Amino acid sequence: MIRMGLLGRLRSLLQSIFGKKHVRIGIYGPPNAGKTTLANRIARDWSGDVVGAVSEVPHETRRAQKKDNIVIKNGDSSLTLDIVDTPGIATKVDFHDFMEYGLSEEEARKRAKEATEGVIEAIRWLDNVDGVILLMDSTQNPFTQVNVTIIGNLEARELPVLIAANKIDLDGSTPATLKSAFPQHEVIPISALTGYNVEMLYNAMIKTFGKAKRK
Amino acid sequence: MTEIKVNLISHQKLEGLSTEEKIQFILQEVEKGEILVLERGLSAEEQAKLIEKTMKEINPDKFIGIEMESYKEYGEKGFFKRLIGKIRQPRITLIGPADKLKTVYKDNDVIKTIIKGR
Repeated sequence: MIRMGLLGRLRSLLQSIFGKKHVRIGIYGPPNAGKTTLANRIARDWSGDVVGAVSEVPHETRRAQKKDNIVIKNGDSSLTLDIVDTPGIATKVDFHDFMEYGLSEEEARKRAKEATEGVIEAIRWLDNVDGVILLMDSTQNPFTQVNVTIIGNLEARELPVLIAANKIDLDGSTPATLKSAFPQHEVIPISALTGYNVEMLYNAMIKTFGKAKRK
Repeated sequence: MTEIKVNLISHQKLEGLSTEEKIQFILQEVEKGEILVLERGLSAEEQAKLIEKTMKEINPDKFIGIEMESYKEYGEKGFFKRLIGKIRQPRITLIGPADKLKTVYKDNDVIKTIIKGR
């Protein structure tokens, strides 16, 4: 037992220096940024599976969805990920917004209730991830309070973060604006839908999250 | 002429309160329809707590949530930064009911909002 204790401490010490090869990564962002599309892209590319359903109606993901043991590789480097696809974080939820997408009032009210619970769950997951991919819609203004609040919480927790500027396949995409908004973080322009530039994201994930300290 | 009331809350008013007390004060005011400008804002962790609490308070027919805008905190976090006193400082923050306050523009240096009269 003493020997195991020493080994455990040695392992912890080495992990604190060199990081882990198995980490839990949260995909965060505002509603409709494409978080589940990215989670599905990662899962499909590396395990042939999907994580969840996608929709143009905001707050489609209202419970955190997990996919464990996804191994991503780059040459001799590899990293095992447990991906947590979190519900979109918002400061307001109005059921009338869902009715504009054709939902009945009853459906819209139910969705709104579930969406509020999803936001709470997403925030609570911040205490249980080793790193974060913060996904932003590069066709939208990045200076939103949700982005500022998430970034602030990641910095306060000293969690490694990659910002993915999604939807660069769309007209009006300006990933350069995201880079200027968050110059202290690495920003990778991608299209989770088409897969454009996701290789660069995978390489950055191995580099950045491979050094994360596992909780 | 529509009259619009904005409450400017000093740093001293909130500094003695715990996070829970701050959030309770803010939400009570905002749910009454008040618009608050906090001189020393909220930390990122407090903002996250405020969002959590707001979600619990949402009532589809009375309160749909908040609009909150602030600038990024000053300073950096980290052992050495803390050692030399460079801790992060929250900045001025605007908070109001989402059906009354709407942000129309924001960048690193400017926040533009409109307040709807009732």
